[in-house]
Amino acid sequence: MPLDNAPDSKRKFNVVGTRPLRPDGIDKVTGRAKFGADASAPGQLVGRILRSPHAHAVIRKIDTSKAEKLAGVKAVITRDDFPDHTDGDAALYDTMYNIMAREKALYEGHAVAAVAATTASIARQALKLIKVDYEILPHVTDVDEAMKPNAPLLHKKMFTDGVDPKPKKPSNVARRFEFGHGDVEEGFKKADIIVERSFKTEATHQGYIEPHAALASMSPDGSADLWCCTQGHYMVRDVCARILGIDISRLRVTQSEIGGGFGGKTTVFIEPVALALSRKANRPVKVVMTRDEVFKATGPTSSTSMDIKIGVTKDGLITAADGTFRYQGGPFAGCSPAEFGAMSAFAQFHLDNVRAIGYDVVCNRPKTISYRAPGAPMANFAVESVIEELAHKLGMAPIDFRIKNAAREGTKSSYGPVYGPIGLGPTLEAAKNHPHFKAPLGPNQGRGMAAGFWFNFGGQSCVSLNIPTDGTITVSVGSPDIGGSRASMCMMVAEELGIGYEHVRAIIADTSSLGHNDVTDGSRTTFATGMACILAARDAIKKLCQRAAATWGIPEDAVTWEKGFAKPAGANAGNFAPLSLKEIAAASPGTGGPIAGHHEFSADGAGVSFATHICDVEIDPETGASKIVRYTVIQDAGKAVHPSYVEGQFQGGAVQGIGWALNEEYIYGKDGRLQNAGFLDYRIPVCSDLPMIDTQILEIPNPGHPYGVRGVGETSIVPPLAAIANAVAAATGVRFTQLPLSPPRVLKGIEDAKAKGKKAA
Amino acid sequence: MSGITVNTKINGDPVEFICDADETLLDVLRNRLGLTGAKEGCSTGDCGACSVTIDGRLTCSCLVLGAEAEGHNIGTIEGMANGEELHPLQKKFIEHAALQCGICTPGFLIAAKSLLDKNPDPTESEIRFGLAGNLCRCTGYDKIVRAVQDVAKGMRNNKAKRA
Repeated sequence: MPLDNAPDSKRKFNVVGTRPLRPDGIDKVTGRAKFGADASAPGQLVGRILRSPHAHAVIRKIDTSKAEKLAGVKAVITRDDFPDHTDGDAALYDTMYNIMAREKALYEGHAVAAVAATTASIARQALKLIKVDYEILPHVTDVDEAMKPNAPLLHKKMFTDGVDPKPKKPSNVARRFEFGHGDVEEGFKKADIIVERSFKTEATHQGYIEPHAALASMSPDGSADLWCCTQGHYMVRDVCARILGIDISRLRVTQSEIGGGFGGKTTVFIEPVALALSRKANRPVKVVMTRDEVFKATGPTSSTSMDIKIGVTKDGLITAADGTFRYQGGPFAGCSPAEFGAMSAFAQFHLDNVRAIGYDVVCNRPKTISYRAPGAPMANFAVESVIEELAHKLGMAPIDFRIKNAAREGTKSSYGPVYGPIGLGPTLEAAKNHPHFKAPLGPNQGRGMAAGFWFNFGGQSCVSLNIPTDGTITVSVGSPDIGGSRASMCMMVAEELGIGYEHVRAIIADTSSLGHNDVTDGSRTTFATGMACILAARDAIKKLCQRAAATWGIPEDAVTWEKGFAKPAGANAGNFAPLSLKEIAAASPGTGGPIAGHHEFSADGAGVSFATHICDVEIDPETGASKIVRYTVIQDAGKAVHPSYVEGQFQGGAVQGIGWALNEEYIYGKDGRLQNAGFLDYRIPVCSDLPMIDTQILEIPNPGHPYGVRGVGETSIVPPLAAIANAVAAATGVRFTQLPLSPPRVLKGIEDAKAKGKKAA
Repeated sequence: MSGITVNTKINGDPVEFICDADETLLDVLRNRLGLTGAKEGCSTGDCGACSVTIDGRLTCSCLVLGAEAEGHNIGTIEGMANGEELHPLQKKFIEHAALQCGICTPGFLIAAKSLLDKNPDPTESEIRFGLAGNLCRCTGYDKIVRAVQDVAKGMRNNKAKRA
């Protein structure tokens, strides 16, 4: 029984790589699955939150007296109900500040008070009775404006980190990052062609269909239960307990089925508010956000402003790449993914000279939070747009230019580490050989491509596997299942134990039933929690073999596990009929009691991930509207555990990227208020906008996982922005440097180019 | 607020409920009747997660008042399976991995059934436009469209066999 973690390339899988039905399928097609807003408790109250109408304002005074007197109101809370227990932890303080404003409201939609009442109608009336005395301040919502020396200042004590010497004057720039190696100035001297461009992208929202929901029940003695939809219920427990000043173990968090997250449910918003209301009212309180609140007060990702400069020799070798990435992260430091943007921007290239500078900037916008491969899609849009332009200038096919400069095993990445086996080259070659790449294009159509990268993450997981006396398996995991991961957990356990998938059931345990698990993020669950499942199964196998050895009266190491049976390891071990898992489990009460397997660890070795996308777009020259007519995703999965759900990740990420490229954007008025806080005006792709999304899964094993698994969830959103912009450039002859490529912008671009052409003629 | 007494049929069963004048049908289904299969994704009729049928017609239950249900037949996801037997759409959604998180799934199933009831032989484009009122953020719609195509094909084959 091999216990080392390196993948066995000759291994034949029985369960992994098949497409069984997901275990939660029936619950989800019958309406029985319980999501965040679907739970209720006896005597529950309705909680609602009052939000700032101003983008930036001092909160002089909050008068709640009239609201408190309204019949049916059981609790009203404000900043005064959140005394500071954060003990110098700046990030935690900011999280607390975000869930309930303190000295100032920092964006439109910032929570300023909350009520719990017997009905929703009374709660709404109560909010109207709360009088907030604001002193309105000048605001700033654009990242470039926020960086100007005379910009309205959000924090008087913000002095840019990462700059030597540290500035003496405060600014909205929280931090500067720099990554790279070599000497870019020297590299540019060797270049025959240099392209330098500036780009801007707007903020987009994760757009999960399920608004945040929480049902809290907290007693005055500090013990509490919380039900909520989250990507990490252990994170919710720890953060809420610390904000409320209670022992972590007093709070049990049970995660509901989660209706999408994409990074947006990796922090807390309403959860501490629901708990504080419940504590004050001494009754359960349910808080459910409206869609308007989701847009205004939960995590979009950053809007950005970027400059890219890349130089090449005449024969197509990149000599230097330089980029500046300015990301606004809402009103708090450390929230924008500027660092990841700068780190990932040039990661798909083999470069001798590279520099990427990132700026984390604060603005009067909602606090940004992770969105699928946070920071990477925008940087990739800028870099891969310049790459395409360079290829055209060189007279080289863009695919060949990319292949020539592609990162490979042994490449020192632009962010530091040296790559092990990676799948970039194979995805580019597969793209070049794909029928899509050679298919003819129709009128007004253009084809674009882009390659993208994501780091992937491992992190902490804890798994408990129990074997009842009938030999079936319950595996308890603590990673919320956001897109079918219970199926893949069951598959990996079945694979190890050598039993059928139908004999394994995975459940998501609450925070009091199982040890800590990190948030489901960084594409970590199938990799890290999956590996913990494999190792827990191996732990159980060891114990099953011990029971067989004791039954046969032979040493433990003389027993081996094969296809669901304990067997004597060889002829010398003795001649015993194999014992099945079922037989060993049935005998367990008399052979030492229950049999369980466990594993808890912090997983390293998450293999990096690359994808290449090909996109055909058709432009209506009359309106500037774009239609995606064909789309192909080619990505390295390491090993696809459940290929249907791997394809689903590829398709879903691609379509979120399509929305980002073509339509989605936060639109602010001059008053700093969001003008499109709803699905009608913030338009995510609908079924009729899209073609089928073709996928090709490549499997270049990750040496850090026993089956070679790499995370697959995030990379698929990285290349679409650039692939689509490149396709639009091909269709129109116009290079667009600002997203989204909405019809008015594209139409203006086409008309401006025409006018310029006429002038030149 | 004085309650309004409403008599309806829900999934074929007679149901009497009392609701306030400002309560939507979605509020009534979810909060008074415990039928939480219909979801509130937006409350403005944009996402389709709250889809139900009223006398067979596809409707966003967030845009209808509870009181307006008087005398009508409401169909919800809870009534789609026939006892142990899943509807073919429910089966094929699971088989095709047409759901990831599953929050939009009840709405899609109601909308897809409504589409196939009217048009048992839809083209891909007709499926895409028929489901354009339902938002899914996980799947990119590919596997949803394939599941509906597969069900339509099965229904046509069954019909051909019967004929």
